[in-house]
Amino acid sequence: MSAPILQITNLQVALPSGGDRTHAVQGVSLSIEAGQTLCVVGESGSGKSVMATTVMGLLPKEVQVAGGEVLLKGENLLQASTQRLRQLRGQVMGMVFQEPMTALNPVMACGDQVDELLRTHTNWPGAQRKAEILRVFNRVKLPEPERIYRSFPHQLSGGQRQRIVIAMAVILKPALLICDEPTTALDVTTQKEILSLVEELQREQGSAVLFITHDMGVVAEIADTVLVMNQGLPVEIGPRDQVLHAPREAYTRMLLDSVPSLRPPPARPEAQGPALMAGDAVSKTYRSHDWLGRARETHALQQASVAIRAGETVGIVGESGSGKSTFARCLIRLIDPSAGRIHWTDTEVAQQPESQLRPLRSRVQVVFQDPNRSLNPRLRVGESLIEGAVNFGATRAQAEERAAVLMDKVRLPREGLARYPSQFSGGQRQRLAIARALACQPQVLVADEAVSALDVSVQAQILKLLRDIQDELGLGLLFITHDLRVAAQLCDRVIVMHQGRIVEQGRTAELYAAPQHDYTRKLFDAAPGERAGHVAVADAD
Amino acid sequence: MAQASALSRLSRNGAVRFGGVVLAVLVLIALAAPWLGTVDPAQMDSAHIYAPSGTQAPFALADGSSVAHTLHMGGDSLGRDIFSRVVYGTRVSLIVGIATAVVALGLGALLGMLAGYFRQADAVLMRFMDGLMAIPAILLAIALVAALGAQVWTVVVAIAIPEVPRVTRLVRSLVLTLREEPFVEAARALATPTPVILWRHILPNALAPMIVQGTFIAASAVLTEAILSFLGLGLPPDVPTWGNIMAEGRIAFSQYPGAVLWPALFLVPTVLAVNLLGDGLRDVLDPKFAKR
Repeated sequence: MSAPILQITNLQVALPSGGDRTHAVQGVSLSIEAGQTLCVVGESGSGKSVMATTVMGLLPKEVQVAGGEVLLKGENLLQASTQRLRQLRGQVMGMVFQEPMTALNPVMACGDQVDELLRTHTNWPGAQRKAEILRVFNRVKLPEPERIYRSFPHQLSGGQRQRIVIAMAVILKPALLICDEPTTALDVTTQKEILSLVEELQREQGSAVLFITHDMGVVAEIADTVLVMNQGLPVEIGPRDQVLHAPREAYTRMLLDSVPSLRPPPARPEAQGPALMAGDAVSKTYRSHDWLGRARETHALQQASVAIRAGETVGIVGESGSGKSTFARCLIRLIDPSAGRIHWTDTEVAQQPESQLRPLRSRVQVVFQDPNRSLNPRLRVGESLIEGAVNFGATRAQAEERAAVLMDKVRLPREGLARYPSQFSGGQRQRLAIARALACQPQVLVADEAVSALDVSVQAQILKLLRDIQDELGLGLLFITHDLRVAAQLCDRVIVMHQGRIVEQGRTAELYAAPQHDYTRKLFDAAPGERAGHVAVADAD
Repeated sequence: MAQASALSRLSRNGAVRFGGVVLAVLVLIALAAPWLGTVDPAQMDSAHIYAPSGTQAPFALADGSSVAHTLHMGGDSLGRDIFSRVVYGTRVSLIVGIATAVVALGLGALLGMLAGYFRQADAVLMRFMDGLMAIPAILLAIALVAALGAQVWTVVVAIAIPEVPRVTRLVRSLVLTLREEPFVEAARALATPTPVILWRHILPNALAPMIVQGTFIAASAVLTEAILSFLGLGLPPDVPTWGNIMAEGRIAFSQYPGAVLWPALFLVPTVLAVNLLGDGLRDVLDPKFAKR
């Protein structure tokens, strides 16, 4: 075979002193040949993104390369001048970042941004540049390239913006394409399209791809070679099938085991008894007025119904904008529904004013997505945990006793009550949020994307915790997620939402075995890892 | 992120350190004014009219006795000791600066939280604030002092009120973001009463930008108080304030510039120190302005 496009030998990247470790990347070696895709996979803090930014020469000043070699087509990038690096970026290496909105200039038309790149790197006349841009826009499957050329980033969808970024990355046919979590901010159906686009372009241009991701499913889709990283150290490198199907290292196995399988576990007996929380034909319409006073209605949620019984877990699955969060917020009355009935046990609460609602609020509690923002950073954890119990009439001493017991239940040390949230990790904070919700002894717990922001190994722990707590307390659980795998493992029944409506619902096993609605089928089809038979791996364990 | 590290970052910031030290010295001067070799700042001794700086002579007191005294900064047109007046003037300036900041922040925080959290209050309150902002601050202050009479508290209120709309806007914008935070929504789900949510969950998280704004208000209040006094619209002329001393010395400025320059020598570093402190606080507390 030919010489590798990118060769990294024993790369060391030092962190500024005073951190919790000395190196962001330690002893990483890899090489990618033309037409090959190398996936770097790891959890947050594994150093995978630092490695990618080192290759691009975009490291922040405080972080220094301490040793090793990065060769791009035989040229040592670590010795290259800033000017040379600028030349190489775009021409020899293209980059795609995670957040397409921040990668694009919001006040410049998309076409002009690509044009700027061409003007810097080529001496083509204007007409040729324009023609080339439109050709690439067409190639990355942007609809109406002429219109997109004049559009500003905010006028496009997330997927379209990422296509623009990809167009910029590939327009000069770089030998190396670096993708840093390019699909993490996107919905699964969009993710699938972007992944196959990257694959097609790679085949067409024969470039090498360095692909950073945390998602084993994505790895299964597109990798030729996989490098697993943990805490800055390389754990394992090898061909995809070997790493995914016969991992040598325990850490890799743990990562793979943590990925929930798409195949639901054996169904639990159907929950009986009255609904603890029920919504009936709940709708939410937002009205906005333009400057002429003309009303514009947005139907965020239309005619959605759900009932949750004791000991039962109901999942609501959907992509962003599907109305699943709006539905959850209506059900817990954080926002007012425009129509429909909501019952908390036997009490109708859809139109109750807040003052009437307050004594009932202990029945239904909520855990949010972002562990960094779900606890008041200025309050000690203990204060946050006793708030609910005190609001519902417990004395301070009783509430503190209960908080201590809850810390045991969520498997955190009791001493943690005297600390601030910033002294806990993301997973631990999510445990605290669960403890806070349980403190006022609810009957129903609503988890709004409660594990989506967590690393996959932490996610597995939190899911297990939720299951254990449910078994112990007989809670009804409403679980909102975009992740079909998580829903498969946790939920007894699943509701699929699309554009504010429920399109399909049923018992998990049945729905996963034979999805009826087109949109549901599309969702399943897009779930990463499906194609490469990765599911089988997880099932085997 | 925790409180401790914010404190240590504050102590490492040069602007905060410098501003803090200058302010601490001024506070010490204000507190220790009677023991710094001063006499009654209102006491006139005709022997010392326009006395040059550094004159050493007995100073006649109100009860007819006289004490040995050094007029470090000379005497003014009425034979009062400028040094004593400047030192006692520190008290007025600091009280007005701090009290104005506290009053403006208190009112602004209250109104801002109402406007930010309750949508019905928002439109009415903010349009009123817009109206208030349309009036030049110094003219509004002059009108208020004229209407209320000149005392320390009226001067404070008069300077604070024009600042209230800016604080209200700041707090409102902070509340608008904070009220959407998951921890606030969680508190609502826990049936926490609204006043408690505002006090426990929203206010502490809005405090850092408010403190920064407060220092800038304090700096401008010290200046505004001096301007009011200088124009003869502030505290009565016998009260020793830096503005009053300068106003009194203005007539004979070309022959005896001391009465204007000495208080200015205190006023400028005070305002500078408070502004520097505010800049430093903002750099440390507000990540948006953090230096790269």
